[in-house]
Order: sequence, then C-alpha cells, then structure tokens
Amino acid sequence: MTEIPEHLRKRAEAAKAKAQGATASPAGDAAPEGDVAPAGDAAPVSGDEKIPSHLLDRGTAAADLPAPAAGVPAVPSGNSGPDGHNQRLLTVVKSGSIQDTKATPQDKVHVWPHLLLAEFLAALAITLFTLLFSIFVNAPLLELADYNKTPNPSKAPWYFLGLQELLTMFHPMVAGVTIPGIGLFLLVMAPYIDKNPSKRPEDRKFAISLMTVHFMFWAVLVMIGSFFRGPGFNFVFPWNSGLFFEL
Amino acid sequence: MSDDKKPAGQALQKQLGQLSDQVQASQAWSSIFRPGSIFRKGYNDSPRNRSYVIMNSVLYHLHPVKVKRHAVKVSYTLCLGGLSFFLFILLTITGIFLMFFYRPTAAQAWDDIQTLQTAVGFGLLVRNMHRWAAHLMVLAVFLHMARVFYHGAYKPPREFNWVIGVMLLQFTLLLSFTGYLLPWDQLALWAVTVGTNMIGYTPVFGDQVRFVLLGGVEIGTDTLLRWYTLHVLMLPFVLVIFLAIHFWRVRKDGGISGPL
Repeated sequence: MTEIPEHLRKRAEAAKAKAQGATASPAGDAAPEGDVAPAGDAAPVSGDEKIPSHLLDRGTAAADLPAPAAGVPAVPSGNSGPDGHNQRLLTVVKSGSIQDTKATPQDKVHVWPHLLLAEFLAALAITLFTLLFSIFVNAPLLELADYNKTPNPSKAPWYFLGLQELLTMFHPMVAGVTIPGIGLFLLVMAPYIDKNPSKRPEDRKFAISLMTVHFMFWAVLVMIGSFFRGPGFNFVFPWNSGLFFEL
Repeated sequence: MSDDKKPAGQALQKQLGQLSDQVQASQAWSSIFRPGSIFRKGYNDSPRNRSYVIMNSVLYHLHPVKVKRHAVKVSYTLCLGGLSFFLFILLTITGIFLMFFYRPTAAQAWDDIQTLQTAVGFGLLVRNMHRWAAHLMVLAVFLHMARVFYHGAYKPPREFNWVIGVMLLQFTLLLSFTGYLLPWDQLALWAVTVGTNMIGYTPVFGDQVRFVLLGGVEIGTDTLLRWYTLHVLMLPFVLVIFLAIHFWRVRKDGGISGPL
C-alpha cells in the first residue's frame, strides 16, 4: 500500500475533526499548511474562481448538510460523502496553471495514404517520362576527345551558358567569378536580408520583382548562349543557321 | 468448354488465395512486415492502422504520421522537392549500372561507353536515362528553389534550411558538371575546358584550385579519374548528408511552410 503524504494525511484528519466538531467552521482546504483556518479567511477556493459547475454543485450539496460554508466542500459526519462516496474534493487545479494548451487544433491528414500516394504517383510519372524520353531520344556521344580539334563553338553545359555569355561582355574574372560569386552570396543570404515577415505576395512586391528579374536575367542569358550563339560564339538566329547546342 | 474452364479457374483462384493466406500468416512474413504494414495479414483501413503504416516503418524517419492538410496539395509544392530527391535515387540506380561497364581512363572511357551502347543489353537506354534524369534534376532543383522563394518559405524559422538548399543546388550542379566529362567525347572535353578555364580566373587561389581539380595543368586522364571519384563517390556522399539535414530540418521547422 502506498504511503499517504504527511501533509495530506494531516489535512484530511483536520478536516475530519472539524466536520465532527460541534462548530462547523469552513475548512481551509486548499491552504497548503493552514491547520485551522478561521471562518471567513481568504481560502483560495472562493466564488470568483472558475470551478467547473458540476464540481461546484457537488461541493454546495455537501456543504448543505453540516453548515452552509461559501461553496467549500466539507465532509459530512460519518465516513461517507454526499452520495455515500468516500472521496472528497481536496483542491481544484485550474486549467492553465499546470497544463497550458497553447496549440490550436490543426487540420491534419494522414501521410498514408494522402501524401505517400501522391509521392508515389509523382515518382511513377517522372520515371515513365524519363523512360519514354530515353527510348526515343539518345544521349549525345560525339567522337573521341581530341585536344587538336577544338569544336566551333565550344559550349559549357547549359546551366553554365549564362556565365559563358557574360564572358563575352566582361573580363573573365568579373564574369566567371565576381558576378556569380556575388549572386550566390546574395542567394544564400536571402532569408537574412529579407526581413519582411509576411508571406503574402501583395506584401512582398519588391522581393518578388527582384527575384523574378534575377531569374529572367539568367534565363535570357542561358537561352541566348544555348540557341543564339554559333561559330566563334557569334550571335546567330537558330532558324537561319541551325542549332549549335548539345545537352 | 468455357463451362469446364470456369470452375477450374475458380479452384485455382481459391488455391492462390489459400497460398497467400498461408504466406501472410507465416513467421517470416510477419517478421518482415511490422504491425500496421499494409502487406500484413488482416490489414484494414482504420485511422490507427494509417498511423502505424508510418510509425512502424522506416518512413517514419522521413515523414510524420500526419501533415497539415494544405501540405499534401500538389498545387502548392508541385512535388518539386520530392521529385528532385527521386531523380537523385533514379540517377544512383542508373549510375551504378553504368559503373559496371566503365573505366575512367582516357584510353578506355569513350570505348567503354561505345561498347555499353552497342553491346550491353539496355546499355543505351540506361545511359540515356542517366543523362536525361541528370538534366531533369538540375531543372527540378532550380524550380524547387523558385517555388520556395515565391512562397516566402525561406522566412523564419526556415532560414537555415534555405541555406542548406542553396548548397544542395550547388552540389547538384557540380554532380552534373563532373558527370559531363566522363564520356570523354568532344562535347565532354571542350565543355569542361570552357568551364574549368573560368575557375582559373578566381583571384589568389584560382590556379591552384584548377590544378587540384584537373590533376595537372590541362584536362587529361588524371582529370578523368579525379572527376569520376568526385562524381560517383565524394559528391553523392556529401549531397546525401546535406539531404538528410535538409529533410530533418523540414520536420523540425514544423513541416512545409503554410499557405500564403
């Protein structure tokens, strides 16, 4: 059998003695060490506190028997409570004092099947697309690498063609290092530069415009480099001179 | 005739059903599929089992049991991050296949690819898939970044995950670029020449970096070995570590970002 904590046992005994005593004084129930609380003293359990109504009802019903005491449950004479029960309300722990329900309920769905199914279908679709594309279009394999035959034009992979395009305009250190370096640095720092807390597009007009201009800048450069540059990396129109582009 | 066949077919179906019941009831089967697995005997679609599908499987490392309803909307993410990851898996699988037939030396590389395409079953197809999936992955990662930017999803508390994401974009580009050299054809040699010449212009240590990357002053068989090692081992290794952090942070930062 578990030991009853000393202070609880004392309190229970005091309450019992009080209830059996001739003068029914209100019990200083929730006062931690108060042995005998004088009548009318500020017992923490009073009317203005939010006690659930059903508990309050039970308390008043119990208090009706020996003497009316301001909403404090007291143990009636004998060993049983109002309905013949032996338990009694020691204290009411209000919600918010030890348990703080901060989280507002969110509309959530199960990952299985709602998310996994979508992921599976997306994976299937991209596999199918790659497979079909690979059946019909072959990856390029030109002739063996030859140091003595420089192809004209020589082009970097498509995602670097924007940089190669810049090379036609600037010194290699500016085009190949400084501009992409600064661009990359700004990209990494974007969350720390953009202090605007809002995610709504109407509040982020500047950020969105800036990024769109940035994306467009590279997209246009990559497209010029890919499709509009011919022999000698000179400007050509693909519909006149054909494509000089390998993936 | 058809009347005779029908009972026979039904009997076969019944036997197959019994067999699958027996297999599913076996100790081996239930040791493989943990409680809640959809392959386990007697799986039924209940909220409890839906939770177990994730909680009792290795997927729990990737996905929570429940996500916000808007997070499963395809129109929000366009699946781009997931597709990037899946393309990486596809590239790993096809890449391992290619490794069986490829030797990274200037004397053998191109011939190996040629042989792979002409003499190996599905060789051409798998090489095609590897190449196209690689381009797709670069594209998917770019688009994923654009999507995240336009949703403002890099804002607190997700700033650091954006940084990781930009790193992943760079690793993706490096993976693609190192792979570009491996066929050792004219396209590979000169595209990489153009690309690595730019590195040489980096101030202070540009020439040294270029020298280390090329294993010499110009592209040769040493470069091929270096880039092969980078491509098949080192960069994927680093990428996977960053991927793990990226995915972990997605969950730690409270799932994917909310609606606008």
